[in-house]
Order: sequence, then structure tokens, then C-alpha cells
Amino acid sequence: MAFDKMKLRDIEVWDGNFAAAQALRQAQVDVVAAYPITPSTPIVEGYAKFLADGYIEGEFVMVESEHAAMSGCIGAAAAGGRVATATSSQGFALMVETLYQASGMRIPIVLNVVNRALAAPLNVNGDHSDMYLGRDSGWIQLDAYSPQEAYDLNFIAFKVSEDHDVRLPCMVHQDGFMTSHTAQGVHTLSDDVAYNFIGDYKPMNEMLDLDHPVTHGVQTEEDWHFEHKARQHNDLMTKVMPKIQTAFDDFEKLTGRKYNIVESYDMDDADVTVICMGTSVETAREVAKEMRVKGIKAGVVGIRVFRPFPFAEIKEALKNVKAIAVLDRSAPGGTPGAMFNEIAGALYNTDDRALLSGYIYGLGGRDLTKAHLVDLYTELQANVDAGKVTTPLQQFIGVRGPKLAFL
Amino acid sequence: MQNNGWDNFEIGAMLRSFDGEIKDIATTHQEDRNYSSSNSFTASVADWRIEKPIFNKDYCIDCQFCWIFCPDISIISRDKKMIGVDMDHCKGCGICVEVCPTNPKSLLMFPEQADEEVELAGWPEKDKEEK
Repeated sequence: MAFDKMKLRDIEVWDGNFAAAQALRQAQVDVVAAYPITPSTPIVEGYAKFLADGYIEGEFVMVESEHAAMSGCIGAAAAGGRVATATSSQGFALMVETLYQASGMRIPIVLNVVNRALAAPLNVNGDHSDMYLGRDSGWIQLDAYSPQEAYDLNFIAFKVSEDHDVRLPCMVHQDGFMTSHTAQGVHTLSDDVAYNFIGDYKPMNEMLDLDHPVTHGVQTEEDWHFEHKARQHNDLMTKVMPKIQTAFDDFEKLTGRKYNIVESYDMDDADVTVICMGTSVETAREVAKEMRVKGIKAGVVGIRVFRPFPFAEIKEALKNVKAIAVLDRSAPGGTPGAMFNEIAGALYNTDDRALLSGYIYGLGGRDLTKAHLVDLYTELQANVDAGKVTTPLQQFIGVRGPKLAFL
Repeated sequence: MQNNGWDNFEIGAMLRSFDGEIKDIATTHQEDRNYSSSNSFTASVADWRIEKPIFNKDYCIDCQFCWIFCPDISIISRDKKMIGVDMDHCKGCGICVEVCPTNPKSLLMFPEQADEEVELAGWPEKDKEEK
């Protein structure tokens, strides 16, 4: 390999963006086609700098839009290279058309999505609107709550996405600014250890195999489209989770850092729990511990794998809990939050359906404070005591003006 | 292929051009290539055509203009000799007739149902230059 290796300290002080860029370097990504957008820009900028400085053997393709960025990634991946890029918000929205192409074509690509609100009003800060926009796109979606996890999950993403039984693209999400621009201590892997965890890229049906010419991205109509989508869905539903679990297990053996498809904190004896994603999980964990001192058996469930949705794991994580608050960090657009619906769908046919209520929070980067969560856990305990949901099913947290609640 | 279920075709919206490995495809004539059943070469688009070209080899000078210009690779030429038209893939656009430099032309467009022998027998005479 004709590039320099980088000596890293065991613990480096990195923000989420730099951690992701370092992971792309250590994965020796062959092609990054990218278009800059706040707050994800430093990831692809980082790759470009590592490339220019001789730490990567690859190609950086500057394109005219996010649509072109993902299109370039699809082409490069179909040609037979390891491919990644990054985006956020409006850029992600512009990519959506090509996201469906990538998954339908069974092309492995790692997309770092630094979660940011969707305009209007224009806003550069973090919420989960863009992440939710990708939920039907057929991609695997992993969620990092911290820079360490943004680093680690990139390796998981390459390993799972490129597996020949999977061959589906994978997003690694982190919260805009709260994770992407907040520097924390990150335990590093050496270049060799990191690269060997993923392994060499193994092409499949690559267009540059000139002895076996293939046409990628073909047209099918009512005669064959359904079979292709059925195969894609089947593989998402049956093949991906075991591969993710194996990758998590291997990663734990390598690093001691344990990831779970659904993360459970203080859930062994919890009566009340909050389900959320991103940086909110860490805040909720702190508040749950404090609630326990006050006598409320509080727990936290974090979604690590958002797609495919972990129905079985969610049921298992929530089986003895009495009241659940589902936190959706996205404007619900005239419906309960997406996560609320997912959790409700997963629990509806279980025997002990817990009391379920939904909360909309944190839009456009609005803080979710510990005080908010104390109130929330207190409401959940009141639901448990009353044996029914005592509040509206959908409440807004942290918005100015009269209390906003629906359903 | 018609009986394939969702679980027994290759993943991805992907089709193979040839059955098995190919070597040196650039120097292999179309009739000798092992095209797969999903390759468009194995499908006929003759019914797209309203008019068809008829080739009269008596006037052809093998200039290869038609071969170069045909957008559907439907002019069959071997060893720089014009042989005829691939009527499974010719869509009747008439470019070959347009670019044919002979007098009279060696390719002319006729209605799809026209009889080749009749039309060849009644081929136009050489245009006289006006003085």
C-alpha cells in the first residue's frame, strides 16, 4: 500500500466529524464523492486532507450537488471500490432520490449523516428530520451518540455493508454540532488493527471486471420490480441483524467496547423508561440515575440500529416496563412521531402493553435539558400510579408559548 | 427466467451481458458471442419499424458510411464488405440511406411490407447530371 500510516495516541481528543474522517482514512476508502454542507463538511474535508497528505490511496471527487455526490458514489461502488461520503439536512434531502438507487442496486456505501434540521426555517443545528427522511430508503441506519461511537460505528458500517450476504448501503448518524463539533476523548485503533477489522474490499459483480460485463441499475416494470424489492426487503429483515450482531461481537473482542442493536441502561428493574436516539440518550442516562435516587425506577432505551428496525430486540428490552415515553426529534407532520409509531407497532401484539406516550423535542437544535427529563420521568411515574396515560399522547417539550399537546 | 421467484435471481438491479466468462470480446463477431437471455441483443425490436431499408449490393462500394452511422449497430459488415442489415435490431430510422453516397443509392427505404425481390428488380436508374 503506497501511503503513509499515521501514529495515533491511545486516546485522541476528536469531535465526531474528525473521528469519522479518521475512520474513513483507516478504512482506506477508495472513492469519496462529496459536496460540502454544514455540519458534515469536516468529514469529507478531513478525507481530502488525508488524501492530499499521502495518508490515503484514493480519489476525492468534487461534484456540483449532493445528488451528484451520491450518484458518483454509486458509480464508483458499482465499479468495484470501497466508497463513502457525508452529508446533512438539505443535502441529504437532495440525495434521497439516489439513496433508493443505491439500496435497490445492492451497492455498499457508507454515508455519514450529521443530523441537522430540515428547512424551512433554515437551521444548521441538530435534529432528526434528515435521519427520519431516510428511513424507507432501504439503507441500514446506525446511530452514534458520541464521537467515540461515530468512529466505531463507521468500522461496523463498512464491515456489514460490504458483506456479500448483505450488500446494502449503510448510514452512520451523529447529532449535528452536539456530536459533530464537540471534542471528546476517543479511544483509537491503530491503522493496521482498524483496517484488518474491516478487511480488504471484496468486489461483487463489479463493472471493472471486464471478463464478466454487467449492466447495473436496470429497468424493471410490473413484471420483475416486485421480486427485486421482495428480495431486498427479505435480506434487510433476515440477514442484516445477525451480521450487525456478529460485527458488534467481533468489535467488542477487539476493543472491549460493547454495542447492542438496542441499548438498554438501567432497564433490569425499570418501571418507567425513555426511548430516544443521539446525544439525548446520554442526557437521559444521567437523569435516570438521579430519578432512581428519588425513588423512581427509571431506565433508558437507545436505538442503535434504526433500520432495519429492531422489532424483536425492542420487545425484549421493554418487556417488563410499565410506562414508556418515546422521544421524537423531528416535526411529525400531522401524525404521531415516527419512533412512536414504530414502538407502538412493535408492542401492540405483546401481552403486557406498557403505557405509551410520545414527546416531540429538540427541533432545530433546541436543548433537551435535564429538567425536561425530570418532568418527563415524573409524568411517566404518574401514569404508572394511575394505571393509565394521564397526559395527551403527543406533547411538545421545550417550545415557547402555551403548552402544546395533541391526541 | 420466466419461472424465477424472488429468491433465485442474483441480487441488485443487475443483468449480465454474456453467459459465463468472455475473452477478447472486441474481436469476436456478434454471431459468435455468448449473449445472455437478458442481453438486448437477444430481443427483437423489428416491430418498432414502419419503413425498412433494402440493400442492393450491385451498387455498393463498401465505403462503410452506413456501418459508421447506424445508431443501432444493425449494419452487418465483415472484412470491410457490406453484407446486409440486421433486421431484428434495425428500427428503420433511414440514416444508412441518407449517408449512402452511391448513385443510385445502395440502400433505400420501403414500407415494411414491401417485397425485397420486387423492389430490387425495380431499383431506380442512375440520376443523370443536368448540364
